[in-house]
This record gives sequence, structure tokens and C-alpha cells, in this order.
Amino acid sequence: MFSFIARRVGLLIPTFFGITLLTFALIRLIPGDPVEVMMGERRVDPEMHAQAMERLGLNKPLYAQYIDYIGKLAQGDLGESLRTRTSVWTEFTSLFPATLELSLAALIFAGVLGLLAGVIAALKRGSLFDHGVMGISLAGYSMPIFWWGLILIMFFSVSLGWTPVSGRIDLLYDIPPVTGFMLIDTLLSDEPGAFLDALHHLILPAIVLGTIPLAVIARMTRSSMLEVLREDYVRTARAKGLSPARVVFVHGLRNALIPVLTVFGLQVGTLLAGAVLTETIFSWPGIGKWLIEAIGARDYPVVQNGILLIACLVILVNFVVDILYGFANPRIRHQR
Amino acid sequence: MKLLSLRASIAIALLSAAATVSAKPLVVCTEASPEGFDIVQYTTAVTADASAETILERLVAFTPGTTDTVPGLAESWDISEDGLTYTFKLRQGVKFQTTDYFKPTRDMNADDVVWSFQRQLDPKHPWHALSLVGYPYFESMGFQDLIKSVEKVDDHTVKFILSRPESPFLRDLAMPFTSIYSAEYADQLLKSKKTAEFNSKPIGTGPFILTRYAKDAQVRYKANPDYWKGKVPSETLIFAITLDNNTRLQKLKANECQVALYPKPDDIANIKADPNLKIDEMESMMTSYVAINTSHKYLSDARVRQAINLAFDKKSYIRALFGEGKATEGVGPYPPTMIGYDTDSQSPAYDPEKARALLKDAGVPDGQVFTLFARNGGAVTNPNPMVGAQMLQSDLAKVGIKIDIRIMEWGEMLKRAKNGEHDMVFAGWAGDNGDPDNFLTPNLSCDAAKNGENYARWCNKAFEEAITKAREITEPTERAALYKQAQQVFNQEQPWITLAYPKLFVAMRKNVEGFHISPLTNNNFTTTGVK
Repeated sequence: MFSFIARRVGLLIPTFFGITLLTFALIRLIPGDPVEVMMGERRVDPEMHAQAMERLGLNKPLYAQYIDYIGKLAQGDLGESLRTRTSVWTEFTSLFPATLELSLAALIFAGVLGLLAGVIAALKRGSLFDHGVMGISLAGYSMPIFWWGLILIMFFSVSLGWTPVSGRIDLLYDIPPVTGFMLIDTLLSDEPGAFLDALHHLILPAIVLGTIPLAVIARMTRSSMLEVLREDYVRTARAKGLSPARVVFVHGLRNALIPVLTVFGLQVGTLLAGAVLTETIFSWPGIGKWLIEAIGARDYPVVQNGILLIACLVILVNFVVDILYGFANPRIRHQR
Repeated sequence: MKLLSLRASIAIALLSAAATVSAKPLVVCTEASPEGFDIVQYTTAVTADASAETILERLVAFTPGTTDTVPGLAESWDISEDGLTYTFKLRQGVKFQTTDYFKPTRDMNADDVVWSFQRQLDPKHPWHALSLVGYPYFESMGFQDLIKSVEKVDDHTVKFILSRPESPFLRDLAMPFTSIYSAEYADQLLKSKKTAEFNSKPIGTGPFILTRYAKDAQVRYKANPDYWKGKVPSETLIFAITLDNNTRLQKLKANECQVALYPKPDDIANIKADPNLKIDEMESMMTSYVAINTSHKYLSDARVRQAINLAFDKKSYIRALFGEGKATEGVGPYPPTMIGYDTDSQSPAYDPEKARALLKDAGVPDGQVFTLFARNGGAVTNPNPMVGAQMLQSDLAKVGIKIDIRIMEWGEMLKRAKNGEHDMVFAGWAGDNGDPDNFLTPNLSCDAAKNGENYARWCNKAFEEAITKAREITEPTERAALYKQAQQVFNQEQPWITLAYPKLFVAMRKNVEGFHISPLTNNNFTTTGVK
């Protein structure tokens, strides 16, 4: 097991450098620089432009800028946003909890419903329920998030008035940020009713963001489950008279979960990508919008380090999934 | 010229009357997060709304909803005969805001005014180099060359000496980048080495005090109890940052916000039909246009530019992109609401036959290709650049001109257009201060043609003389005559296809009172309350 983990860690180092190099190069390949974008349609005085570029350290040759960047990273310095002059770490940590809260809610929604629907569809293969789940999940997978979000808002928020339109909480509550997780912060505050209000605000965005992962997980669980149910050990379990529930959940689902677990890991990347759109529709103050804006403004430190932090996170989650996978399926550990 | 503060007193009286409206919080759905609160470091309207229209004030102010100037932190002023010396008498008893991070020990005085200008003007000023990208607005308005000195005469008098007469100067002093800061607060931060807080924990003399800012979520303010004009109608002002304009409208309908800025032109009818909502509209100070690069082959010939104008069916373009009644057809470089607008000029009528003849005269070969730049994503001045570009392409194809459309991201387009790589480019300009010079000098002067800001790269002697002279004199009739002259040259030479003057819309709940939509696209909630 140790050498398995060591091999995986060894792979992380070149991946990390690859990401730094890629983000550093890509953002600089786009024409325009931070000073020009800030001036917009206005005049850029060449002298003032040169001074500003010097202050930002962008007048140095590219390799020197990259060495500076890596040097600072090594000291744990992620730099400051060129636009807001706030440290990238502060901005990231103030916005990331919102994205994480939303993603976790979406994942729980997708995971619970997806597994349940997938298992039932597999057990009732060929039934109306099975066809229904598969049809709906195909539609869910192909759903344009923007359109889906707006439809839900118009129906549930505006017509029925059941859910709020957007935001993390009713702005009449003034909740001081402690952890950045609104559900926790509302519990820490003295405002009665704030927690339920925050939960209420989470419903629609979590459904919208969770729709695609839900579809993937449901389909994956169904096909994986169907395969497992055909295995000899399931037949043996049935033959020795175990209860149907025990056969399905202990012998069947446990083994069917192995590929589903991988999909879960991969969905973290999808959730973060989908978060950009969901955050825009629901005015959810997360990292998606933050990065898009930074690219538009050529805010180099935010783009480089924001993407690096997210990439590290996705790598970390997949690393944990790999390890879990190793535990769940010992054969993986011994493969070279 | 001496201007007494009568109008300011009327404004105070109106404000006190409005103050009785209510203490309900006012939630405004805004379209983006402010970049910071030290407005002189930034140029965007959304940052100006969150700082210059709430926390900070200036020597001169615009009357809400107009471009008329009234005394602000200056009570009155004198302008010397030669137009070079401006002496401002400051209002006494104006207090800077008291917060948990700053308690002022004195009232606003001449030191604060001198500090606010010297910081941007003097490279040796201890705060000058602290802004990483400099002072973009101050510099783009040419203030470092215009202002020779800013001096304190006594505690309540400040004297500005200019290097040349500049008619729009007073209006400039009402713009966000000339906001007045507390020198005392700045000194404290410098001593405690916390200068970065100047941008996140702002102090001003304005009607609202910042209480919380959460990026992409909200900006919260409370009313300033020491405000010199008295208390404002809304005890709490909240900007709910709502990026998507569809969501802004839905939030307004659900009463999650009471004012929603800039609805889509398509939604106007829907808002008007809702019994709980109302809409405020105004002719804006904006022009949307296509600049024709006059430094390129064939396009340097005025006949070719006239032909392009004649070949484009502008009326259909406006109907398709803005919708009936949501924009006025463009004629000259600036909209009719400003002085000196030439009412005799007409937009070139759609006439492809005549266009073809002019192109033939000018020797443009059939099938000549021109590149057209447009940005991706819409803006107020150009709601759908791709469709707009295709309409122009199809109209010009009918007269034998092929258009190669290049859609690109905004930053990239700016860079390439400033380098003059385009033959034509979709552009727009929003006026800053209601003065025609603010449209003509940055977009059409010879200097701007050199630095690329003038996308048409058009430099015309007669036009240049007229606008330079108009900038230097203050007499309104004379200025108007010069601007009329300049527009006639422009209309003859046609360096642009002037597309439209878009209208501005703000949607709100019926119970909102005292909001004035501004032609300058700044949003001020000093007089706004919820019934």
C-alpha cells in the first residue's frame, strides 16, 4: 500500500509544475495586459503604461517572471489581485466556501437520488420505471444549465413563490462571515430563522448544479449494478437463501460502487466547472465568477493561483478516490 | 463668476422633505462587484456607484438625474478672467464619517482637498506610487498636464491654477476621480503601515457609510448620521450583486430587490405590464458607432466612407437590436441632449444605388474585402455585436463590399483596435460629464488618432481647430456654434457610421420614491426611499 501511495504522490509533482507553467503561459498568450484592460476605451499614455508595468513586475522577460512566480509560491506567497489589491489567498478563502457548500449540497442531492434511482432501475430492468429513469437522466445530462436554472426560478420562485430567486440568504439578515459556510455561520449567529432561510436558498442551485452528476451517477449505478447482479457470487448469495435486501445492498451494491466511486471523483471537476454557470444564474458568490472576471481583466496572479488552487483540489480529491479505490479493490494496488 | 449655494439649499430642503419617507432598507440589484472603494484607482461605473455615489463627495456635484452642476463640498467659486485660476470656498462644518476604524478629530478642510489632488498629481507624494496602475481616469483626462498647481489659501479656500483655459473643468470636478478624501485618515494609515486598507475601509463625507462588503454577494451601507445635508431616506442601503440580468428581473418581481439596474431592452414591455413595477427611462449620454479606419487604403477616401454609410440600413439595425423606441437613430458624434448639437444634420438615408456609384467613382474594386472587429458578448451600446456585424456585412455585400467579421474578446479587441489593425470596428462611448468635449477630444481629435484611442484614426484640421477653440472658451453660445461647425465637418467626412443613441432604463417596484436615473450612467440613492 505504501509504494502505491508513493507512486501516486510522485506523479503529483510533475502535474503541479505542468499546471503552473500552463496557466502562466496561457494567460499571457491572450492579447492585452492588465493596464490596457483597466483603461478600456480610454487613452493609455505610453509612459504611464510603462511605469505601471514596471510596478507590477511585468516588464521583466517571461522566464524571469516565471522564476519570480515559482519563488514566491515556494514561500507560500500567492500574490495580490492586480484589480482589488487583496491577497489571492484571502479572496479564494472568502469565496471558496460558497462554492464548496453548493457543490457538496449538489453532490449529496446527486449521490443519494442517483444511487437510489440507479439501483431500482437495475432491479426493475425493462420496466416503465427503468425506461423513465434512463430517459429522464439522458434529458438531465443534455440539459443546458443556464436554461434549466432560469426555468426553475420562473416556476418555483416567481410563479409559486416557494423558493428565493437568488443569493445565499435574504439580505435583510446581516450575517457576519465566520467560516464562510452560510449554513454554519447562520447557526453561529443570533438571528432566528436565518439557518432555514439559508437552507431554503440552497435548494434550487443545488438541484441545478446536481442535475448532470445525478444523471451520470444514476446511469452508472444502473449499468454497474446490472453487471454485478449477473455475477456468480450474487447467484450463490441468492441460492443460500439470503434476504433480497442483503443480496442487493451487501453483495451487489458494495461491488457495483467501485466504478461509481470513480465517477464521483471525476464529478468534482464537473461540479466546479458547472459552478461557473450556476453561480452566475443564482448570484452565488463563489470562485467560478471570480476566475472568469480575472481572465477578462488579465489579473495574472488571480488566474494563475486560482486555477492552481482548484487544480490542486481536484487532484487531491482524485488522489483520495484512488486510495479509497485501492482499499475497495486490492487488485488495483498490485498493478504496476 | 460667482455661484451662490441657493441650489444646494433647495437640494437640502428637498432631501429633508424626502427623509420622512421611510426607514425600510433599500435593496438594489446591481450588475457587478466593485473592484474596490478607492475610486481614483479605477474607471468602471459599478465601482463609482459603490464608492463615489455613496461614501465620497466632490467639490462640485451633479444634480441627481441631470448633468447640471451645483455646489458640493465647495460652497462657491470664482474663476479668473483668463480662465486659468479657480478659487473654491469650502463648505464649513462638513464631517468625515466616524466608523470603528476611524474617528475624525477635525472637519473637512483645504488640506483634504490639496491631499486628494496632490496624491494623483505629484509623483513625490507619499501616496502617489501606492496605486499599482496609477490613476487611470485622472491621467486619461489629461489632468497632470492641465493642473499646474493646487494650493491652500486658508483653511477653507483652495486655489487651482491651470496651464490652459478649460471650459469643462467645473464639470470634471463633479466626476468620481476628483473625490475628496480625508488626509487625516490617510496619515494614520501611512503611519501604521496599513495603506492597503484605504481601498477596503473607505472614509468620506458622503451620505452612506460602508458596513460590509462580500465580493459577488452584497455591499451594505448605513446612513451617515453626521451627513451635512441631513439624514437620507434609506437607513440601510444594500447592493445585491446579481450578475445575470434575467435574474435581476426575477428578483425584482419577487420583491427581493426594489430597484434593478439596466434590464434588457426585450424585457421592458414585460416590466411595464407588471402592476407592481415601474420603469424609469432617459436619453443617455451614449453613442454607439462603427469607426472606419481612415488610415487604410480606400477608406481614407471620404467618398468610400459616405458610400458605406449610405449602404447601411441603420433603421432596420436599430429596430432589430434595440427595439422600437429604445434608442434614437444616430447622426453626429454626440447625442442631442448636449449643447451645440447640430439639429440641421440628418443621418444619411439608406441608398445602395448612390453608394454603388460613389464606390465606382472612388475606384474601389468589386468584392473588396474589409475587416470588421466586434466584441463577443453584448453591452448597452451594442446589445448583440454578432448580429450587428452580420447585418452590416449583408448590407455591404449588396454594394460589392465583402466584410470579414472578426469577433473577439473585449480586451483583445481594444488592443488590436488601438493598434489600428481593423478596417472597421464596433465601438461605443458613454459621456462622463455631459460636455461635448468629452466625446470629441478622446474619440476624434488628432492626438487621439496618434495614440489609437481615435479608432477612425481621423485627423481633420478644421474639426480640430473648432474643438480646440471650444474647449478654451466658456461662453455657451460661442461654444455651441463651434461644436455645430465641428459636427458639420464630421458629417461631411463621415469617419464613423453613427449607429444610435441608446436609452437607459432602470426598473423598480412601485413603492420606490425619489430615484433619478442619470444620463451619465451613475446611480445615486441619496434621495431614494421605499414607501
